[in-house]
This record gives sequence, structure tokens and C-alpha cells, in this order.
Amino acid sequence: MELVGLAEGIAALVRDGDTVALEGFTHLIPVAAAHEIIRQGRRDLTLVRMTPDIVYDQMIGAGCARKLVFAWGGNPGVGSLHRLRDAVEHGWPHPLEIEEHSHAGMANRYVAGASGLPFGVLRGYRGTDLVKHTATLAAVRCPFTGEELTAVAALNPDVAVIHAQRADRRGNVQLWGITGVQKEAVLSARRSLITVEEVVESLAPQPGAVVLPSWVVSMVAVCPRGAWPSYAQGYYDRDNAFYREWDAISRSRSRFTEWLGTL
Amino acid sequence: MVVAAARALTGRTSCFVGIGLPSTAANLARRLHAPELVLVYESGAIGAKPSRLPLSIGDGELAETADAVVSVPEVFNYWLQPGRIEVGFLSAAQLDRYGNLNTTVIGGDYRRPEVRLPGAGGAPEIAAACREVILIVRQNPRTFVQTIDFVTSVGYGSGPGERQRLGLRGRGPVRVITDLGVLEPDPVTCELALTQVHPGVEVDDVKKATGWPLSVGELTETAPPTPAELAVLRELEGGTR
Repeated sequence: MELVGLAEGIAALVRDGDTVALEGFTHLIPVAAAHEIIRQGRRDLTLVRMTPDIVYDQMIGAGCARKLVFAWGGNPGVGSLHRLRDAVEHGWPHPLEIEEHSHAGMANRYVAGASGLPFGVLRGYRGTDLVKHTATLAAVRCPFTGEELTAVAALNPDVAVIHAQRADRRGNVQLWGITGVQKEAVLSARRSLITVEEVVESLAPQPGAVVLPSWVVSMVAVCPRGAWPSYAQGYYDRDNAFYREWDAISRSRSRFTEWLGTL
Repeated sequence: MVVAAARALTGRTSCFVGIGLPSTAANLARRLHAPELVLVYESGAIGAKPSRLPLSIGDGELAETADAVVSVPEVFNYWLQPGRIEVGFLSAAQLDRYGNLNTTVIGGDYRRPEVRLPGAGGAPEIAAACREVILIVRQNPRTFVQTIDFVTSVGYGSGPGERQRLGLRGRGPVRVITDLGVLEPDPVTCELALTQVHPGVEVDDVKKATGWPLSVGELTETAPPTPAELAVLRELEGGTR
């Protein structure tokens, strides 16, 4: 693990054409890191996320993405992602390839990737039209019972980016509250960058915390309020007003482009 | 509609909740007639007891008030998949006579649709694995259609026996609550039939709002919302900032 500045970390770990997973299930979304990726002008990324929300809307509108791998793309509690829709419906700023799963499928893809397995297995997708369009899922027969189940291909992103509450000086990382799929994302990825609210001398135990030991983390960058407008439990609340404001900003290409200029 | 949905949770033990109307209804039920109802949010909050309506499924309020907070793989694999959760609450942009749901695309080609919707999220597995499913959908000819443009989540598929063939272990949709009334599946054909209308709604209004020839079962009328139900609902809705 290396303690770096945010710009340095993104420059070192995220390359054009990479498969990148910025995870966070409503909580602890690595927004500051995403903005740095936009500022550094990364292109042709395959963006992976269970719930692409406004931060992927921003990256897609900014032209960073060639492909989106996801399960649910909306502005949570507010409505549509207008930049995502514009890319899929009209190819602006350029066409966006999509690979679509369910939440359970995506979660099991990360688990398989983190476990060093080629696929995960679940009861899911049967009877849905996702079966016809998504190449990374297939029917599989249980060798013990003969039952037909669904296999989903493992996810092994080139780089995972997450935000956590804190790290210690040795680079052990601690996050708590709703921890989503972040542990699996980091363990499934070849490289990882974790932004944290603060670095502390030592990590005091927290109920329900996930700890990622320093030796599974490539780089840590200190980034206070790095999850805004999402939230970091114990540090700051979700800025619901910005999620609503984003609806208006993202509706038109011109208003969005103006916003992009201020980043 | 929200009050009718909240009433449908009477006597239930656990409910898998999405954001929007399902969350409002489930929280209303917990305040009124189902105080022990366990709310499970797909963000991993199990037994959440929010004091105000969460804007998103990952609100801190949910984690802070939950009995347990688990990871997302765990909530789907250990809690939903084995059929541990009694009721799943879902909504959709389109629904057909067998309660199949579309939340993916409308019109055009899948890769270049006229309208790109958010997608599946947790819905396909909620529809498959919860012991029962309750749907909350506003009823009009655009939402209640002859053929949905994309099957995101399966209700009764193409009819009787399909869920068993597909290995879907929950019962499927047992009730569709709309702004006009309530539909329930016919026990033999699995086709949704109108069984309840809200006060002031005529059967003809419901038929006009349905994109297939709607059958009508034995009909009752929804009791109007009580002052207590309305008061709690207003308090809940007023609390979200």
C-alpha cells in the first residue's frame, strides 16, 4: 500500500481502456475519485457498478465510458439518469454499450471474482428477457441434484475504487454502516484505490465494520468529504438537495456541459 | 393506493422493500397495524425502523435503526434467495395480465430503445424468491399493457404452471394495488382480475385504464382511508427532506 494524493493515485492506477468499478451502494460513493478521473480525461473505460447513480451519469456524459456493466441505473429517490439515457437512446456524447444484470447477479459476479472462481451461481434470471441479451450469464445444471440454475461470469475489474471512513498509517482501511459490495469489489480487482475521510494513528473497533488489510490495497488517498453528495456515516449526511438538483442539471446537454466546465 | 398497500401488510412478518411507494406503504403499515413487521432493504439493512421516510434505499437512517446490517451479496444470497422473506413489494413501468413486469426498456430495439428505464435492480430475484409478491402500479393503458416490451421480472410467465417450470419458488404476485382498485390472480388461469375498487371508481374506469380485456371477479369496495391512516401518512411524507 502506498499513501498518495488523489490525482497521483488516479494517474497511476486508472488507464484508458480499463475496466473500472467505482462501488458504493448509496453510501460512501467515491465521488471525488470519479471527478478526478473525469478531470484527467480518461477514455474508453468499461464502467462497472451495481447501481450507477449520478456519478456514473457524470462520467458517461463527460465521455469517459465506452461500456457500462450494471443492474440499476437511476437517480435514487429522484428519477432517471438523463446522461445515461441520452447515451443509450441517442448515442450522446457517443454510443454506450451495455451489459445488464440484476443486483443478485452482479453481487455474485463480484463474489466469484473475489473468490478466484470463473463464475458464480444463483437462482435468478430464469424466464426474464435478460437471458436473451446478456452474454455473461448462462444456464447451468447442478451436478448433485440436476436442478437448472444460472451461472454468472466472474467480475475481475482492472481497478476498483471505493471510499471509506478511515485508514491507519500503515494503510489498513476501515468502513462501516452500509458497506454494500465494496469488499468484494476490492478483492476481485487487480488494483485498488481507496479514498478515505482521514488517516488515524490506529483503527478503533466499530460495530459491523469491514477492514481491508493494507496488503490487499494498492493505494490510499486522503479525501475529506470525498463521498459528497452521498454520505459517510459518522462524518456527514447525504445531500439530498444535490441529488434533486442533478435532475435539472443533467436534463439538457448544454446545462450539463456548463456543469462539467466547473469541475 | 398507499393506504391500501399498507393494509395489505396486515399480519405479515417480513417485507423486502424498494424505494418509493413500497417504502412509504411498508413504513405506514409499521406505524399503524403491523408494528412488528421486519423491513428488509436491499442495501443490507434488515429490520430497519426509520423515523422518517428514507429518500434512498441506502440512507444512514436505515443502517442506524436496523437490527442487522449485512453486505449486499449476503442480503441476496442468505436472506432473499432461500425464501426467508414473506412479502416482496415491487413496482414497474409496464405490467401484463400475468403480472410480469418491465423496468428495462420501452419501445425500439433493446440496444437503442425509445425509453431507457433504470433496469432490473433487485426485482427479478424479489419476484422469484419472496414467498408472495405485492405490486403497486398506477393504472392506465400505458402501464397495464397487452404485451410488455421487456420481461424484467416474472409474475406468472405465460400462465398456469410456468413458475414451477422455471423453478421460481415463491408464489408470485398475489395482489396488484393501483390508484383505481385491486387486482388478484384467478386461481385457475393466473390472469389478473379486478376484485376491489377504490371509493368513487367505476368498473368501466378500470377497464378503460387496462390494455387487455379485464375480467372482473367478486367485487368489493375499498374502505376510505381513516383519519388515523391519513395523519400518519402525512407525517411520514412531511418528514423527508
